[in-house]
Amino acid sequence: MAEVQETPLPGVGVRYDFITTEGDRIGVLAHRTGRRELLVYGTDDPDACRDVVRLDPDDTHTLAELLGTSHVSERLNALQQDIEGLTIDWLPVGADSACVGRTLRESALRSETGVSIVAVVRGDETIPAPGGDFALARGDTAVAVGTAEGIKELFRLLQQG
Amino acid sequence: MFLGAAAPDAVAPVLIELGVVVLVLAVLARGADRVGISPIPLYLIAGLVAGEGGLDLLRLGEGMVAVGSEVGVVLLLLALGLEYSGDELGASLRSGLPAGLADLVANAVPGVLFGLALGWEIRAAILLGGVTYISSSGVISKVLRDLDRLGNRETPSILSILVLEDLAMAVYLPVVAVLLTGGTFLAGLVSVGAALLAVAVVLFVALRHGPLISRAVLTRTDEALLLGVLGTTLLVAGLASRLQVSAAVGAFLVGIALSGPTQERASRLVSPLRDLFAATFFLFFGLQVDPANLVPVAAVAGALAVVTAATKVATGWWAAARAGIARPGRLRAGTALIARGEFSVVIAGLGVATGIEPELGPVAAAYVLFMAIGGPVLTRLSDTLAARVRPAT
Repeated sequence: MAEVQETPLPGVGVRYDFITTEGDRIGVLAHRTGRRELLVYGTDDPDACRDVVRLDPDDTHTLAELLGTSHVSERLNALQQDIEGLTIDWLPVGADSACVGRTLRESALRSETGVSIVAVVRGDETIPAPGGDFALARGDTAVAVGTAEGIKELFRLLQQG
Repeated sequence: MFLGAAAPDAVAPVLIELGVVVLVLAVLARGADRVGISPIPLYLIAGLVAGEGGLDLLRLGEGMVAVGSEVGVVLLLLALGLEYSGDELGASLRSGLPAGLADLVANAVPGVLFGLALGWEIRAAILLGGVTYISSSGVISKVLRDLDRLGNRETPSILSILVLEDLAMAVYLPVVAVLLTGGTFLAGLVSVGAALLAVAVVLFVALRHGPLISRAVLTRTDEALLLGVLGTTLLVAGLASRLQVSAAVGAFLVGIALSGPTQERASRLVSPLRDLFAATFFLFFGLQVDPANLVPVAAVAGALAVVTAATKVATGWWAAARAGIARPGRLRAGTALIARGEFSVVIAGLGVATGIEPELGPVAAAYVLFMAIGGPVLTRLSDTLAARVRPAT
């Protein structure tokens, strides 16, 4: 990844810029207000912007999505900060886990850790709100909500115990 | 002031007069926006035309306009303090100090020398130095936005100079306020010391414990926050004025002390009020100047404008060069800094209020008219000019 330069602009926000593999300088100006500007620098005058595209928060997300950056995780990160004391995490189910092949009720993960598995991602498919008779398989990813401690404990259980 | 208590037929003419004044200001602001210049010079011209020596239109509401203009100064300085956080001030101080000092020397000295050459006393000359020193952060940030230059690589150099000018104001204003009140040398020294100590303490506390102060002021409703910040500012400004430290400094320090989310919200809430009262202030400044006195000083103000436009360009050029900016960018940075505006008027207003030098008001008014109009025009031209300057480093 290219080295991103971060320049604080007093009273305005922060400017990030970097030089692309092909040698163009591009940047993003993050205003304090949450607005973003996409900056494309010129070639004959290296310090001036040849183009400035103003983006409101919605546009920013659309562009990020098109560029393939994970917009979902950004939203969830914000969510994670909003709900105090509550953590959301994606936990892989390891091959050696005792939970593999057993139903959620049998492994009693919730009563052990206090963490709820709110969804399971299996391949391209997402199973929302899996019931008590749902059995975890190797390679699944469990989407879990709970305390940070509980999540850690669940991670351990899904890996080995 | 208490309109409700007065008889209705006494109230009506005052309201009508104020209404007309504010409407005229509104029309001027619209016109300025249409042609892309700052409304400040237009407000000044309106004051000149309407005031003594001009048409002498404003009679009944003059008392209210005078109070409004005092509040305008306080709000201008509060907004200035709110504009930058303690961290930004600290960072600019560390990285931009040489450029800030060069800016101070190159732009304040010509003003002081002109004042002395005109035969003014030293205090009036120091005020004129302040008038020529301080760029207008309001005009400049608007021009940078309008021209889409905020993302340019020379912009941090410009902003850093503006931040340091604001910090310099925190020292300059109390010193000048004390100088203007006169008194014995020792009393003056004590007052200056007290003022600077207060500035230092507030800056230190704001840098270290900003979040604490801000949390104390922060409330959920905008209304309570606005009233809280406004009340605190007026109170501190009044107390500072009572202690001979200048109301403006008190207001500035309140702005500095707030940080984080409180700062951002307060700055958003205060800005419409600031626009209203600052417009009143510029108008009032114009009212106090007799346009007949402008004509004889126009040549002096013009010469001062040319000299200090050149020194600002040199300052910006040098600061941008230090930051590794190529020549077109240096020219843009230099021309952007030319604009003088609100704070030059604030400084001149201090002198006009004490009446130490009758020529100060007219010279400052003519000077600001030149700079607030000419600065942005030159900035716009700099792109065309820059095309001719080869982008060598």
